[in-house]
Amino acid sequence: MKAKSSLYRKESYYGYLFVLAPVVGYLLFTMYPLLYSLYGSFTDWDGLGQMTFIGLGNFKDILADELFYKASFNTIFMMIGIPIEITLALLLAMGLNRKMFGTTTFRVIYYVPVISSLAAVSILWQWAYNGDYGLVNQFLALFGFEGPNWLTDKYTVKPALILMMIWKNIGYSMLLYLAALQSVPKDYYEAAQLDGANSWNIFWNITFPMVKPVTFFIVVTKIIGGAQIFTEVNIMTPTGGPEYSSATVVFYVWKKAFENLQMGYASGMAMLLGLFIFVITLVQFRMNERSSKDME
Amino acid sequence: MLSLKRFNLTDLLAFIVISIGAVFMVAPLLWTLSTSFKSKAEVFALPPVWIPETFHFEKYIEIWEKGPLLSGIQNSLIITVCVTIIGTFTSSLAAFAFAKLRFPFKNMIFLLLLSALMIPYPAVMIPQFILFSEFGWVDTLKPLIVPGLFGNIMMIFFLRQYLTSVPGAIIEAAKIDGSSYFGIFSKIIFPLIRPAVAAQLILWFMAVWNDYLAPIIYLNSPEKQTLQLVIANFNATYAIQTDYALIMAASFIALLPMLIIFLVFQKQIIESVAISGVKG
Repeated sequence: MKAKSSLYRKESYYGYLFVLAPVVGYLLFTMYPLLYSLYGSFTDWDGLGQMTFIGLGNFKDILADELFYKASFNTIFMMIGIPIEITLALLLAMGLNRKMFGTTTFRVIYYVPVISSLAAVSILWQWAYNGDYGLVNQFLALFGFEGPNWLTDKYTVKPALILMMIWKNIGYSMLLYLAALQSVPKDYYEAAQLDGANSWNIFWNITFPMVKPVTFFIVVTKIIGGAQIFTEVNIMTPTGGPEYSSATVVFYVWKKAFENLQMGYASGMAMLLGLFIFVITLVQFRMNERSSKDME
Repeated sequence: MLSLKRFNLTDLLAFIVISIGAVFMVAPLLWTLSTSFKSKAEVFALPPVWIPETFHFEKYIEIWEKGPLLSGIQNSLIITVCVTIIGTFTSSLAAFAFAKLRFPFKNMIFLLLLSALMIPYPAVMIPQFILFSEFGWVDTLKPLIVPGLFGNIMMIFFLRQYLTSVPGAIIEAAKIDGSSYFGIFSKIIFPLIRPAVAAQLILWFMAVWNDYLAPIIYLNSPEKQTLQLVIANFNATYAIQTDYALIMAASFIALLPMLIIFLVFQKQIIESVAISGVKG
């Protein structure tokens, strides 16, 4: 008995030792900064001098800040790309799941933008959106359309960014869907065909429910990612776009914190962003739970 | 017979649509490559020239002189290699402990770590910056390396999942044979999970290599910047001079390492991504 408990103590000791690094990392680089941010958001913190507690002052200013609303609107607007991307990715995966000629090659081609550096991709799309010589407008010219100067027009800059992000990310969603489709048992389809179900019925009653967990995973991660868009905006529209029409929340936080040194104010916005992500994710998990129960 | 024919037609249709899509996927990348070889007149030619009349390789020589491209590659390599090699070690050790060792509050600690996945980087970046600036680490590579050395929670999560399929009896047997816990990890566990580790390492490598927000906060002097910042500066500087061939050459150089890694490890990358989605 005594030997066993000392053995157990030894195991606990090594257990703690082995998880020490990530736990310390978590406390130092996630928990401590998060609490610091939270505290900072209630102060007039400028990163240099004293932090004076100003209560809800920052939040009052933020909620009256036109640029914050603009950045929030832009961030949410650009999430329109998410359902478009998911739909296209699922269709693409269903096509590739037909065991057609060249599936592997297509998989690689559609995945190349995903592994490419976002900075380089933003640079090349900025050039592609050039009003006079860009690839996009030259393509449109083939059909007799005269395209705008995409990134300097406040109405086209967001759609342009959305299109680029779909191009960049679609391969990832496609790959996840493809894996999910391949794990659907073949006899489900055979049974449905024997029962005389048409393609639409099969899609709606078999394929769609079977890939639902993946759809859920993609939606959750896309929204978390979509709430934090920064790089493409920073490179393609360094000033935040015409009339600030492409600035995102993270872009605005970054400007306020590191250019204007309004660290308290920026922390306040970052906290609101974190809260938004937390609530949205929670709501999605709840909805997912409920609809899974309905299915049972 | 009739149904067979109908199915072939749908297949053909799908093939055509996917092929057209594939052209759209490749075109911007090919356009980058083609632009980098063009003469100035060809860059602005209307209608566009896809294959330059003569291939100009000058820009691929100029880029090394016109910006700190070489030091950018070096800095990116230093950061990425340090973070992924050491971070993978700490992560897999922790994953082993979380999956196979017994100690109090294990699951609580694990859930606590998982909660970090919900916290966006912008919510912690400002105090992190202040913390590192007090260490005097601004404009050095340290703030980009040190946090990663403590491990990556995503990697811990997936390796822990992977380890649940490893029977505990192997470990009990090794314990009876008198192996130390670290011995069990390095001699038994690590070889078993090596494929999963490799896949996660590649994914992490790509994420760190392509990172932009953290480097732009910390690195100011040109010779300290990572490759991603260097090409972004190329873009900002030479777009005014409309030297697009130069910008595209630098961008292509920046795309190349990941492209090579992807083509070589294509199977592992695609499989590990697929697994991460299905399991997650």
